[in-house]
Amino acid sequence: MQFRVEHDTVYSYGETALYSAQYLRLTPRHHDHQDVWGWSVKSNVPLVSFADAFGNVVHVLTLAARHREIRVNVRGNATTRDTHGILPVEPEPFPPAVYLRATGYTEVDEALKDFTEDHRAVVGRNTIGGLHGLMAAIGERVSYEIGVTHVRTTASQAFVEGSGVCQDHAHIFIACCRQLGIPARYVSGYLWVNPDDNDYDANHAWAEAFVPDLGWISFDVANRMSATDAYLRVAMGLDYSGAAPLLGIRRGGGDEKMDVRVRVSQFDTRREARVHARDQQ
Amino acid sequence: MKPAFNEMLNPDGSVRAVYSDLEAWLKSTPPEVLDVRRREADLMFRRLGITFAVYGEGGDTERLIPFDIVPRVLTMAEWRRLSDGLIQRVRALNAFLFDVYHAQEIVRAGRVPESSILLNEQFRLEMHGFDPPGGLYNHVSGIDVVRVGEDEFYVLEDNIRVPSGVSYMLEDREIMMRLFPELFAAHRVAPIDRYPEELLRTLQSIAPAVDVPTVVVLTPGAFNSAYFEHSFLAEHMGVELVEGRDLFVSEGYVYMRTPEGPKRVDVIYRRIDDDFLDPLAFNPDSVLGIPGLFSVYRMGNVSLANAVGTGVADDKSIYPYVPEMIRFYLGEEPLLKNVPTYTCRNEEDRKYVLDHLDELVVKEVHGSGGYGMLIGPTSTADQIEAFRDRLTARPELFIAQPTLALSTSPTFVEQGIAPRHVDLRPFVLLGADCVRLVPGAFTRVALREGSLVVNSSQGGGTKDTWVLEDDRPC
Repeated sequence: MQFRVEHDTVYSYGETALYSAQYLRLTPRHHDHQDVWGWSVKSNVPLVSFADAFGNVVHVLTLAARHREIRVNVRGNATTRDTHGILPVEPEPFPPAVYLRATGYTEVDEALKDFTEDHRAVVGRNTIGGLHGLMAAIGERVSYEIGVTHVRTTASQAFVEGSGVCQDHAHIFIACCRQLGIPARYVSGYLWVNPDDNDYDANHAWAEAFVPDLGWISFDVANRMSATDAYLRVAMGLDYSGAAPLLGIRRGGGDEKMDVRVRVSQFDTRREARVHARDQQ
Repeated sequence: MKPAFNEMLNPDGSVRAVYSDLEAWLKSTPPEVLDVRRREADLMFRRLGITFAVYGEGGDTERLIPFDIVPRVLTMAEWRRLSDGLIQRVRALNAFLFDVYHAQEIVRAGRVPESSILLNEQFRLEMHGFDPPGGLYNHVSGIDVVRVGEDEFYVLEDNIRVPSGVSYMLEDREIMMRLFPELFAAHRVAPIDRYPEELLRTLQSIAPAVDVPTVVVLTPGAFNSAYFEHSFLAEHMGVELVEGRDLFVSEGYVYMRTPEGPKRVDVIYRRIDDDFLDPLAFNPDSVLGIPGLFSVYRMGNVSLANAVGTGVADDKSIYPYVPEMIRFYLGEEPLLKNVPTYTCRNEEDRKYVLDHLDELVVKEVHGSGGYGMLIGPTSTADQIEAFRDRLTARPELFIAQPTLALSTSPTFVEQGIAPRHVDLRPFVLLGADCVRLVPGAFTRVALREGSLVVNSSQGGGTKDTWVLEDDRPC
């Protein structure tokens, strides 16, 4: 699938902000199943970049002068290939066992532990089938609903709430996997969604679990499926904090208003033509 | 347990040569005079404002660490043997750190279990694949050493995160020189006052390529237990003492706010734990750190001492592997001994520990400062049983070691001069140009008779540590 991504974020502050710093993980890397070209991350603030330990490209935004607004604009293209949810084997920064580490977001409380244990036997017999069952069960227990959870909500908290967004779904799935001794990690990226379907955000997050003999397999609880060529993989980490598209801190500024516009469109396909047609209406 | 090694007196009552002059002086000085001097010393420490925060109890936690006016004496030959062993150990720890954050050869070779690194909280994934300047991690190491015989030294613990205590080494000497100039006239005590300069050179050696690097000391603030030391070292190095809020990141560099405007900072001697350095990279709730600092570090535009992630090498669960590290990375046999250690995570070890609680010292893997530990031989049956329950509930949190007979040094107590158990924390500085260590250390003394706990948080005191020069050229 051929993507074009336009992702604009505008932060505006009720009062003058004195200092801002952000880590932006907004740049996808080349993989066997995804080519990336013409990708840029720009801002009204100077950016510098580095590669983190997971290989993610991180832009660092810092602004030490007084300001009322910060804009981050992402533009880029990618071609993806459907690999049936299996991440093509490539050099990995860490052995799978690293992804068994518990983090604040993925600690399991008693309720989540009990829920997980119900799946242990099935997963033990047939890992991949068991994990698909786990994904479906989480999707059933935790409905997709915006506004119930927030960026600091943990897997256990979202599980108790019974609703959350893709971030929470991914955290719960990862927490369960680690509890079962299966390495799992957090992936953030973009999702092409049918323009007729307004429910979903094109900014997306899902999980990957390591299955021996197969490798890293993607699990998108929110959509109850593995990643297809509609998924563009951008950053990965142990949890949200290592793969968040934008992570920031500031001094001053009062109330913050965050305006996000994401458009993931296709081109050179019939769908692209349809999107274009819609845009022109 | 064999009797403790007495550093002053031989078993037959004769005096060891290195203590002969000091012993004569102690004999000829009336206790009243010593008592007056001790009170003078207390006054000087109070005036200097050296206090130490003690955790774990309510109420006023700031207090003076007791200072013992009788110095502890080592020969230069002993010191040389000791320092050779320390340097060897510090080099091996550094090689280990470089390895665990790169190819992990030691794991591939099967010498250290993979899980003890990958699942160790102190293993900072963020450091993976990063080359710190000079390939150095533990620029400042405080190695806890105990002596059990004439020629027998054991390393009890490696402290390579933010080791403290060096200000006591320097201040104890300063006070002793003021109180007892006649003693220094009669002894050739090797000087240690160049430590701050050596520290500064070490820090400058790891700076990014700039003409004159700017070095700062980063402190969590005046409420930290070691704040005195942070300000002491900054003052004696002639560099700024800063808190997180005094620094900021801009376009890939770290700057310090000054009255003349922002000034670029090249090396940060940070006395803040990893978790609190950068809220965007580590603990998001930290208000002590500098947002963005870690990105500048990874870009190579600022150097940190010690490096991030050194805790994976001084963790008590990794300690048993240090002799193996020395063989693996340096191809040498360890010069200093490791205390045999039982890892309660292992079933066989756990069984042995539970059967021998009354003989062993049991410590928490992540504990420090002598909190939450059991010293079998000096504990009551009730204390041992209570500890057994804790250990059985969470065995992975504990290690155990045989109780070592720490050597004793003459100490001025209520009853006069009496032997008390001591340990030793020398500081090793690992720079990109060379290794530096001054001939001295922070000696801690257990003031209570028979006590083996020297931690200042548990009623331990400090002593000046003398290394007596011989005629051999250095």
